[in-house]
Amino acid sequence: MSAVLEADGLGKRYGRKWALSECTLIIPAGKVVGLVGPNGAGKTTLLQISVGLLRASAGSIAVLGGRPGTTPGQLARVGFVAQDTPTYAGFSVADHLRFGRWTNPGWDAKFAQGRIERLGLDLRQKAGNLSGGQRAQLALTLAVAKRPELLVLDEPIASLDPLARREFLQDVMEVVVEHGTSVILSSHLVADLERACDYLVVLVDSRVQIAGGIDELLASHHRLTGPLRDRDALPGDQLVIGESYTDRQRTLVVRTDQPILDPVWKVESLDLEDLVLAYMTRGVEQDRRPKLAVRS
Amino acid sequence: MIRLALRQFRTEAIVGLGLLVALAVVLAVTGPHLVSVSDAFKSTCRAAHDCATTNPVLNSDKALQSALPFIVAIVPALVGLFFGAPLIARELETGTFRLVWTQSVTRKRWLAAKLGLVGIVAMAIGGLLTWMANWWASPLDAVNQDRFGVANFSLHGIAPIGYAAFAFALGVTAGVLLRRTLPAMAVTGAGFAAARVAVTYWVRPNLASPVRESLPLSAGSGPGFLYGGSQGTMNFNAYIQSGVPTPGVGQVVLTAPQVSVPNGWVYSTTAVDKAGHAPTSHYLFQACPVLKQFSKPQASAAQLQACITRLTSTFHTLVAYQPPSRFWSFQWAEMGIFLAGALALCGLTYWWLRRQYA
Repeated sequence: MSAVLEADGLGKRYGRKWALSECTLIIPAGKVVGLVGPNGAGKTTLLQISVGLLRASAGSIAVLGGRPGTTPGQLARVGFVAQDTPTYAGFSVADHLRFGRWTNPGWDAKFAQGRIERLGLDLRQKAGNLSGGQRAQLALTLAVAKRPELLVLDEPIASLDPLARREFLQDVMEVVVEHGTSVILSSHLVADLERACDYLVVLVDSRVQIAGGIDELLASHHRLTGPLRDRDALPGDQLVIGESYTDRQRTLVVRTDQPILDPVWKVESLDLEDLVLAYMTRGVEQDRRPKLAVRS
Repeated sequence: MIRLALRQFRTEAIVGLGLLVALAVVLAVTGPHLVSVSDAFKSTCRAAHDCATTNPVLNSDKALQSALPFIVAIVPALVGLFFGAPLIARELETGTFRLVWTQSVTRKRWLAAKLGLVGIVAMAIGGLLTWMANWWASPLDAVNQDRFGVANFSLHGIAPIGYAAFAFALGVTAGVLLRRTLPAMAVTGAGFAAARVAVTYWVRPNLASPVRESLPLSAGSGPGFLYGGSQGTMNFNAYIQSGVPTPGVGQVVLTAPQVSVPNGWVYSTTAVDKAGHAPTSHYLFQACPVLKQFSKPQASAAQLQACITRLTSTFHTLVAYQPPSRFWSFQWAEMGIFLAGALALCGLTYWWLRRQYA
């Protein structure tokens, strides 16, 4: 399995503060990857490093096997839509298409033109007068029409209404089907990711909590409800991700590839949102725990 | 990439070009009038053998005459403010740098195209404007004979090309460092003014050591020189402090006659002895006791003249000046200084962009 993104000990520091630290991550090719995590987890920093907008302060990163943003060739292979989808307010839609043609040798003018028509955008309209959804679509058109091998989308749907969000993600998926593009899509809207993605990476405080295919993840995670019982009693191949208690019973989120046969437990499947939340909670708790135990 | 740079620069370019053309039209319409006024005066004054009176050309188109130096001086600053400061700051401000830097053009090429295109336009504006203004003012310059003068020098020749390039680069750099257009504009205006003042008053006088020439203190005219002011008579400026002079209290300075070098730059004219020293007040009071009674009626002009005659045997005039032949080397040097500054700023911009954003 070849990787579209390989980060090893990647870090980015602003002054004394690390926005991303010790991030080690492999994202396989040919997937639509959802990157989720709480605010400040380093998602945007990671994505901006991967497209060459930021320079890493530590560690190494390879995107499609090359150093991000260093050569025209590398830049051409990666399409990027930044957070809040920037466009030139004074440029018309047609100007943006020209902009794409001028700055990308692999520009697919027919696709771009067709997509703008399908979206019903007026070529003469200034981008500054477009709605947020239309602007996001325009930005996506630019990123896709340069025919990248990897499309990186940094929370492009955060500011969109539910309808526009759905249309946008549908379009992304169409592109994937048509051109076989790999996609990395960051968001904190898990429900949307579930619709569009087939691979998930949960990032908390720069650290990968879990990464894997969404179907496998859903199949290997369960919610167990049962009486209070010592955690050690669970078989060794069941990894407890999260737990909560009431007076009489205990609820666990576990990961296991084996069927759970113990009749004490009531076994339920998890939806993606619960799964992500369990990992985020765990990541935050791990983070709060002191790194070194103090000997008394 | 050039096409994109052109497209983004379109509005500013149109406005700039429009203003330049408007000024060109005004100058082209009024310029020939100045020439005819000057020529008419010259032919009549030669016929009447009286060319010492003021050429009336100095009084024609007064408003434009006083406005033009101001325009020529201010335009490079405007270039820096409106072409330079927003060039990259606006992209950083609106986030579009994330759009343009992720297309298939390296940041180096992107920067080179923008700086190259707009920088060349900025320099062309600086050069064209100066050329137009100099063409218009040539009848005036012919009368004033002062293009090496501290103020005039900056408005002539090729130095303004350097100013425009520098102001533009300063605007770009300020915009990149501050990431905001408006503060960058303020810094550009202040920084450019400071650079101009510093070069004019501290660097330019030291670019080449002045020619030093000795003239007799009483001489009529040395080779290539005109005596201004009192036409060969001596001026004593007696500064007698504390009102009524009493021996030992007042001070007196021997000043040399003003020497003017047409189209040259006179640094100083001083009255000195053979060793190069100016006379002290003490010496002057001893040599010319009449100075002590300077404010009294009995200090007659004849007594003073006799005293001057005595002094001329000991003292002479020392003139330090830049001859007019050096005008163009000074112009090249000043343009070079500002172009070098502009290049250094462009380098700083590139380095900063690489450092900050991969």
